[in-house]
Amino acid sequence: MGGFEAGPVNQNEKDTAYWEWQIDAMIRLALDKGLITDFAELRDGIEQLEPQDYERFTYFERWAKSLAYCLLSKGIVTQALLDAKISEIRERQARDGLR
Amino acid sequence: MSDHHEHDHARTFQPDHPEPTSDAALVGVALRELLMEGGHYTVEEEQAMIARMQGASPENGATLVVRAWTDVDFKERLLANGAETIKEMGFDLLPTEFTVLENTQTIHNVIVCTLCSCYPRALLGMSPAWYKSKNYRSRVVREPRAVLEEFGVDLSDDVEVRVHDSTAELRYMVLPQRPSGSDGWSDEKLMAIVTRNSLIGTQRDLNV
Repeated sequence: MGGFEAGPVNQNEKDTAYWEWQIDAMIRLALDKGLITDFAELRDGIEQLEPQDYERFTYFERWAKSLAYCLLSKGIVTQALLDAKISEIRERQARDGLR
Repeated sequence: MSDHHEHDHARTFQPDHPEPTSDAALVGVALRELLMEGGHYTVEEEQAMIARMQGASPENGATLVVRAWTDVDFKERLLANGAETIKEMGFDLLPTEFTVLENTQTIHNVIVCTLCSCYPRALLGMSPAWYKSKNYRSRVVREPRAVLEEFGVDLSDDVEVRVHDSTAELRYMVLPQRPSGSDGWSDEKLMAIVTRNSLIGTQRDLNV
């Protein structure tokens, strides 16, 4: 990305949402617990993103997708479990109503 | 009962922030719940980690800067051996290399991470959104003077700009120049003029 042409830098500050802190903590705990080896592994996960996804995703969305890639590759979670959990969360959100 | 308790905790979001709904964010939320259910970490560990990460702020970096301004030996050690000296001060750096970059009359340093968004979190806290933005990361290595101008940094032609691209293994922080007119100031007063952006390099002159 370094050296590409791009527009002015938007200097607006943005608060970190609590779920983003949770992703941040998950990454660090995954490192601490040895679920992933190092940041290089996570970077590899980031590099698996399609260019349009890389552009579209926010910072913590990219980390979430990267960690998922790493843990799926290692078999620490399975795609089936992940899909089921996502459906469960969507149902929960629909039932509870989004705040 | 304890299962139910855990489950409720795991679902708690800060009330003034919306729950995430994008597909990519939900992957993260789902992964978190799966890892907790799998016993990889607990809600308590998560809360402790968040508290630790939220506890880091640019004040940490400012502490180092003020000590460097007021203690020549410390400054030499900080510049020569960043990671070790910073750890001695009690900041919990990841096991990474760390280099502190000194601004001078003729050198201005600015940091970036073009690859992802490596940032000296232990010393500066959460990185600002613009540091992680495509536009900053793309352009600061190509046209640093133009980017710095957007941030209000007015550099004369005889000042050399050095752009430092961080990596997961090597992090940087800028040591801004002590402003004239701050002689005899207390550490507290000096601390107050050191800004986050001056530690990144998107500010050069500190306001006295």
